[in-house]
Amino acid sequence: MSLRRRLLTVVGAFGALALLVLVWAPTVGSTSIDLGRVFDTSIPWADNVDAQIFFVARLPRVMAGALIGATLAAAGVVLQALMRNPLATPFTLGVSAGAALGAMLAIAFRLDVGTLGVSSVPIASFIGSLAAIAIVYGLASSQRRGLSTNVLLLAGVTLNSFFSALILFVQYLSDFAESFRTVRWLMGDLDIGSYGPILAATPFILAAFAVFAVLPRALNLLTMGEDVAAGRGVEVARAQRWAFFSASLATGAAVSLGGPVGFIGIVVPHLVRLMVGSDHRVVLPAATLFGAAFLVLCDLLARTIMAPLEIPVGIITALIGGPFFLWLLVRQS
Amino acid sequence: MTTRRRRLAVLAWLSVLSLAGSAAQSPQRIISLVPALTEMLFTIGAGPQVVAVSSYDEDPPQVKSLPRVGALLDPDVERILSLKPDLVITYASQTDLHAQLTRAAIPMFDYRHGGLAGIVDTLRALGVRTGHAREAEAAAGEIEARLAAIRARTAGAPRPRTLLVFGRERGALRNIYASGGRGFLHDMLVAAGGTNIFAEIDRESVQATTELILARAPEVILEVRSSDILSREEAEREAASWRPLASVPAVRQNRVVVLTGKGLTVPGPRVAEVVARMADALR
Repeated sequence: MSLRRRLLTVVGAFGALALLVLVWAPTVGSTSIDLGRVFDTSIPWADNVDAQIFFVARLPRVMAGALIGATLAAAGVVLQALMRNPLATPFTLGVSAGAALGAMLAIAFRLDVGTLGVSSVPIASFIGSLAAIAIVYGLASSQRRGLSTNVLLLAGVTLNSFFSALILFVQYLSDFAESFRTVRWLMGDLDIGSYGPILAATPFILAAFAVFAVLPRALNLLTMGEDVAAGRGVEVARAQRWAFFSASLATGAAVSLGGPVGFIGIVVPHLVRLMVGSDHRVVLPAATLFGAAFLVLCDLLARTIMAPLEIPVGIITALIGGPFFLWLLVRQS
Repeated sequence: MTTRRRRLAVLAWLSVLSLAGSAAQSPQRIISLVPALTEMLFTIGAGPQVVAVSSYDEDPPQVKSLPRVGALLDPDVERILSLKPDLVITYASQTDLHAQLTRAAIPMFDYRHGGLAGIVDTLRALGVRTGHAREAEAAAGEIEARLAAIRARTAGAPRPRTLLVFGRERGALRNIYASGGRGFLHDMLVAAGGTNIFAEIDRESVQATTELILARAPEVILEVRSSDILSREEAEREAASWRPLASVPAVRQNRVVVLTGKGLTVPGPRVAEVVARMADALR
């Protein structure tokens, strides 16, 4: 099958799945709503509980889930190729730890820097992720021309531990209520209650995806080694820089929106590779669409199975993603 | 006298003796790891006997000059022992600390977190244990009388369906924590004349999603901020954060109240005051 046809088939199938999930998810929840009333414009907005549940509570949540799921899955694909390491995740390079530290500081010290419909915690966590990106990049590019993926990996892992220690320290200093909120933030939460945070995160994520769109060929060659890629005409240093910055920026924006939702960045890329092969021109769009569908479905479970109580979505992604991934792995081998 | 009667008489005599003994040697060096109970100690006149408090203690102002000996998760045993206490007030869950203090033969008073009724019970028990039974009885009686007065005042009045929030991200409808149907926050809300919209959820705290709040449609939203003290403008701004939930009756009728002040969520001697503030907010 030609690449074009394969791409069309795969994107068609995963696109249909994502679309189905995105249309279905806002119609179900812990309460039952009347869809007729939701779209009935003759009922005043303030009286229309069904419409408010749909548009205020569920739709932003589903949109955030789709955005974060797509972003983390795509960033996972890019970083695994960049690092030539199947264990790399969007959280390997310290971006999420930086974001977490920012969020912890905002919660523990009750920062009040909210602006443009976005509250303090997402803003602080985005700043934290930018700081982490700058530090890791500075370290990895100081030695030689271009990026050393080894240094990148080691710097990321070290920064992760260092930030984790700082996070624990901040948690230890804060009082019980704050401490609990910080722990809860780390489990991921998509109940964002408004569109402001989504609008704020979208430009960064879109910019990253614009870069992702031109990366796949270079990623295919990079996975074979820097020398091979250079021999085939890839400007290695430039491609690496673009891959690193786009994936990290997207991760930072996604994490500041919904917290570090675990497992998607590693499970979804591998699941998709097991299903469609390893050509990044196919894997990247497929993982993006599957990531969106996967997180929205996980969040659907999170908000319904124990209703009216809610299970943190990060717990569901790991509980479902882990065994599913192992099953697929065993079946394939 | 039968053997049985004689035994009873001896027992009675012994208990009188031990009571007299304990009153004579009421603890003079108390360490409190529980802020709510520290407040109680000062309320019942046992303040001068307190030699150290937990790292979270802030009230009454006299505690500011006292040494700190850690808290629930990190009690500083060395420091506690070095202060030679004759009574340590601990949380029931501090099992390691219990074992260490037992080995050191230091008496303890165990605190178990409970509902509103538990507060006056604890107050009385603390009074007996520290030799201030009379003052404790008076303080407990006053709390009960004030609560009874509030109940009488709100009896017969409509009991608004209320969302009692004790944690939320500033300026956003995220990470909203509300009182479930258990614990002293719930009890306080009921005593103040409200109906908890999460009464049937048998937990102290519920993470309330926007969907859940829209579906339950509270008539009053009562936000309690005890660690995050807000100015009047900030409180107004925080109340305005609820506007997106336009169909919620509390939002429509402008019945979102943000109560702010230290000690609002402390299950201590000030509960009646807090219940009175809640009752005012609900009216």
